Amino acid sequence: MTTTTPSVTSVPLLERFRVPGGFVLGAVLLLGVAPLALSDFRLSLLAKYLCYAIVAVGVSLAWGRGGLMVLGQGVFFGLGGYAMAMHLKLADAAATGETLPDFMQLYGTGDALPWWWKPFANPAFALAMTVLLPMAVAAVLGFFVFQRRVKGAYFAILSQALAAALSIWLIGQQATTGGTNGLTDIQGFFGYDLNDPVNQRMVYFIIAAVLLVLMAIARQLFVSRYGELLIAVRDSEERVRFLGYNPANVKLVAYVVAAGMAGLAGALFVPAVGIISPALIGIVPSIGFVIGAAVGGRASLVGAVLGAIAVAWAQSTLSDAFPAAWTYLQGLLFVVAVGFLPGGLASLGVVLRKRRTRTTPIPTGETA
Amino acid sequence: MSGEGLTVRDLRVTFDGFKAVDGVDLDIRPGDLRFLIGPNGAGKTTLVDAVTGLVKATGSVTFGGEELLGKPVHKIARLGIGRTFQTATVFEELTVLQNLDIAAGSGRGPLTLLRRRKGVPESVTKALETTGLTDLRDRPAGVLAHGQKQWLEIGMLLVQDVKLLLLDEPVAGMSHDEREATGALLQRVSEDHTVVVIEHDMDFMRSFARSVSVLHAGKMLSEGTVAEVQADAKVQEVYLGRASEPEPAAVPVPEEA
Ligand SMILES: Nc1ncnc2c1ncn2[C@@H]1O[C@H](COP(=O)(O)OP(=O)(O)O)[C@@H](O)[C@H]1O
Ligand SMILES: [Mg+2]
Repeated sequence: MTTTTPSVTSVPLLERFRVPGGFVLGAVLLLGVAPLALSDFRLSLLAKYLCYAIVAVGVSLAWGRGGLMVLGQGVFFGLGGYAMAMHLKLADAAATGETLPDFMQLYGTGDALPWWWKPFANPAFALAMTVLLPMAVAAVLGFFVFQRRVKGAYFAILSQALAAALSIWLIGQQATTGGTNGLTDIQGFFGYDLNDPVNQRMVYFIIAAVLLVLMAIARQLFVSRYGELLIAVRDSEERVRFLGYNPANVKLVAYVVAAGMAGLAGALFVPAVGIISPALIGIVPSIGFVIGAAVGGRASLVGAVLGAIAVAWAQSTLSDAFPAAWTYLQGLLFVVAVGFLPGGLASLGVVLRKRRTRTTPIPTGETA
Repeated sequence: MSGEGLTVRDLRVTFDGFKAVDGVDLDIRPGDLRFLIGPNGAGKTTLVDAVTGLVKATGSVTFGGEELLGKPVHKIARLGIGRTFQTATVFEELTVLQNLDIAAGSGRGPLTLLRRRKGVPESVTKALETTGLTDLRDRPAGVLAHGQKQWLEIGMLLVQDVKLLLLDEPVAGMSHDEREATGALLQRVSEDHTVVVIEHDMDFMRSFARSVSVLHAGKMLSEGTVAEVQADAKVQEVYLGRASEPEPAAVPVPEEA
């Protein structure tokens, strides 16, 4: 069992350099070309899109490879975003000699900070929470959901309900969460003034670097034995169970990792955009998080990331001009991508190639 | 003799009051190549489902001294019981090699899982040879011919290192040559495994069975060697007396064994 014979498949030269080459190209574009070519304003928009792309990396893993219709990523994005924003609001208040964030002075009932806000004054704790909190929630939720074999549409609806519940709860707690407005008007980021364009650029670089690192991690998961197992679970969960695995655990890992990525994206969104609010994490944004991945190709990492950036760009460009039309277009994109091109644009090449050259049938080999 | 024996006592499976398996006793000795036959709807698949934990059942099923009823599917699989399904289910998007590698790996730890597969486990190489799929190892399983998929499934059970194989109609839809090849494969496999084959095809059964059990309407009708079962009047009645039913296509012929 432990002895192995070396793999004899020789990978063509071009193929071997495709992935590292693509990675370097992406790094050059994101860290070199974009900052040089784009104005401060456009670069900060790109920073926001890249946050959506980070969510899409997780979506690609959980949905594309794991078949989990993660239609509630807003929950994890929100948990990460609020964890970060709570710390930044406390730091902003401390910088002006206050003990309470501005909105609490307006709406708050007492003058004491709620107990669950207190630990977020510690930057290390808050940073850890941006990732650990979403992962913990996903772990608990996923444990029950996957053990009970909730899947398909039921899982998607449950995810959506959760996103709705969190945003409704936040709206109801105006005194401690800022309610509908959310946590806004964030000034500083760990001592750096966010109104300074130089610091905004720094935030962009952090986001771009995080995206690249998470893509590398996701890529490793994709090509690992776990990645193969995840596809197997997606395509035939029952069969995997008969091989002696518990598919619930396999799915749980993908779900929790995707939640952590969404949390980190939410956390980075806050300094990039200056706000986190219930409207950014509810049902509609949760669907928005997966549309980019669906359009670009959810099973392809690069496809999902480019799709997320493109859809986010289209949204901010079109939704200002035609706010009503965008909602319909978004729905249409989702349906077309999921229904007619499940591999997304990334699979277009393969689909077309298949049309032209019929796949050669395999000769039936006799058993030796 | 290698492999492990299976003991079934008073097994009952009920679907909304309908008794699909109705008090079955079954003893499979280690190393047996047992054929389980019976008309459509007799409860053959349900019996295998009950043994492998897929449906709830009462009674007792023991394997290597362990009670199986009540255990979840993946735990039963880890005790060394593997099965195939009536319709071949392989992971179509993964290659033959990846399919086998996954089957070999239920005991892998997290660190192994998170790394890329380097090289091919020896058990996988062996299973590729046994099933004759070596040349196809890098093809996606989805493009395999029907028979090759069944062989791949059997190969997956081999690398899974099961002691007992439960095969649900493995040669259904196969050409004559494929059947012969599969029969030879089963005989090779049964040299160091216990094998139970659900099958309709009487020619196939005659050529390869070491012992036969006949199930009818959820009950065990007859058991014995091929000749004994074919000579059994009850078996003849079940197969011959319901000639209008299309299912028992091949009728056992008593005078030939
Ligand atoms: N999940 C189920 N629910 C209800 N009835 C079932 C179910 N599975 C099988 N049956 C019934 O149980 C009987 C035995 O089925 P099965 O074990 O598949 O027969 P066989 O494999 O011998 O052809 C059939 O009458 C079938 O309709
Ligand atoms: Mg059946």
